[in-house]
Amino acid sequence: MAAAEGGGAGAAAGPLFAGLADVSISEDIPVEGEISVPVGSHSPDEDYSTLDEPVKDTIMRDLKAVGKKFVHVMYPKKSSALLRDWDLWGPLVLCVSLALMLQGGSADSKEDGGPQFAEVFVIIWFGAVVITLNSKLLGGTISFFQSLCVLGYCVLPLTVAMLVCRLVLLAGSGTVSFIVRLIVVMAMFGWSTLASTAFLADSQPPNRKALVVYPIFLFYFVISWMILTFTPQ
Amino acid sequence: VSAAGPPSRPRSGAAEWGGFEDNMQGGGSAVIDMENMDDTSGSSFEDMGEMHQRMKEEEEDDGEAGGADEEDGEFLGVKGLRGQLGRQVADQVWQVGKRQASKAFSLYANIDILRPYFDVEPVQVRARLLESMIPVKMINFPQKIAGELYGPLMLVFTLVAILLHGMKTSDTIIREGTLMGTAIGTCFGYWLGVSSFIYFLAYLCNAQITMVQMLSLLGYGLFGHCITLFVTYNIHFHSLFYIFWLVVGGLSTLRMVAVLVSRTVGHTQRLILCGTLAALHMLFLLYLHFAYHKVVEGILDTLEGPNMPPFQRVARDIPVVPNAVLNTTAKAIALTL
Repeated sequence: MAAAEGGGAGAAAGPLFAGLADVSISEDIPVEGEISVPVGSHSPDEDYSTLDEPVKDTIMRDLKAVGKKFVHVMYPKKSSALLRDWDLWGPLVLCVSLALMLQGGSADSKEDGGPQFAEVFVIIWFGAVVITLNSKLLGGTISFFQSLCVLGYCVLPLTVAMLVCRLVLLAGSGTVSFIVRLIVVMAMFGWSTLASTAFLADSQPPNRKALVVYPIFLFYFVISWMILTFTPQ
Repeated sequence: VSAAGPPSRPRSGAAEWGGFEDNMQGGGSAVIDMENMDDTSGSSFEDMGEMHQRMKEEEEDDGEAGGADEEDGEFLGVKGLRGQLGRQVADQVWQVGKRQASKAFSLYANIDILRPYFDVEPVQVRARLLESMIPVKMINFPQKIAGELYGPLMLVFTLVAILLHGMKTSDTIIREGTLMGTAIGTCFGYWLGVSSFIYFLAYLCNAQITMVQMLSLLGYGLFGHCITLFVTYNIHFHSLFYIFWLVVGGLSTLRMVAVLVSRTVGHTQRLILCGTLAALHMLFLLYLHFAYHKVVEGILDTLEGPNMPPFQRVARDIPVVPNAVLNTTAKAIALTL
């Protein structure tokens, strides 16, 4: 009985819903479009298996990559090597060495007002994260870790400045020493800012470069100011 | 039933969604199906997802049960349409639900939501920085406040850097904490805390202002603080500081007060709101200039007693008025330690 009713209603409503069969995408329609497979674009080192190579080669290759990026920072020319394959090893090494050198002489000294290891570490990473978020918010087209990588690698001139400062401080701490340190730190601060700007500015909308550069400037300024005022206990 | 026809299935309650393989002609009870769909689609999209899943399972069940039962041929057609429609509607609702869910997710997890507040040009920022020092005496018409956070955020970070510099040059030692943490905590605490407090007051006093506008207003108000502190941390003259405090700090405070007055109705409300804001803003500048010495002294006195070696720091004569305030602050902090 129910079946008969359903059938009758179905016949009556048939024309109404006749077009509905076309709505569904059936599997008869072929998928169109081009799927181009880049043939021959495999570079030889992609096929190169790294499974059975000596550990020394692996480490050397990574070290070479880090070293190459150091060179890029020291000669900041327009290059995307720092952006393309980012890594955080270089920033980690730079940050740790800078923090170690900035660590006041005696940790248990009561009047040790010098920056602690953790403080330097936090300033560098927190500052880099803030700059990155700022550039993302301003409409930058750069990924989070690329920006962190660039900002971290661009601490390199400042680490060099810190090394020089410690050497100068070994010689003595008079007015001449301060002037030498001031010049070195200022030069390296300018270098860091210019290098990071050269790498990061391309990813920003052209009318907003000043807004992105300001926090970078502030970030390196604080670090270089910490380096300048550092005096071993 | 034709040989190529779809497998029939038991007509049970569970098979109401069935017959997905067949797209058929005609079907009377499709309308009823729609109603069923509407009933369920009234609930949240999770239910739709569940339904979608259930439909898929039933589809498989139907396949297995194929040929197990014999029924009327024409009835299969009806079933087919019902299933087809049901699936389409469910799919559609599921898609919409998924889109909404992902939108809601990105609302919370993505920083895109903040992007409108950072949509500025350098020229605009410069203009707003200058405007923050120019009080406009126009209280009959609500003044415009840009709901923008780039300038305020950068000013707060600048203030943090200046404060670090000030702490360092005055040989401030903070126990159980770092200079950096203290500076960041002070600046952000002031910005966010006072903004929320004034926003709350504004809500009570019926002022027309949103939270973002409040943050922007107070953030740009910190420009005067930045200038004052940057100059006076480097040039130690007390008269200079008081001049700066009154002129630069006063101008930026006046600007904020003027804006708030223009957006509030009623004398009492205006007095409460602007008095609170002006007092907090001016006292904060005094605090930043004088505080850390006194705090450190208080803490060290309590902790170490009198046999502490003298500090090497720039001698400053602390004026009488903030002294009382700061002494209490210092004692309070010393007590908490």
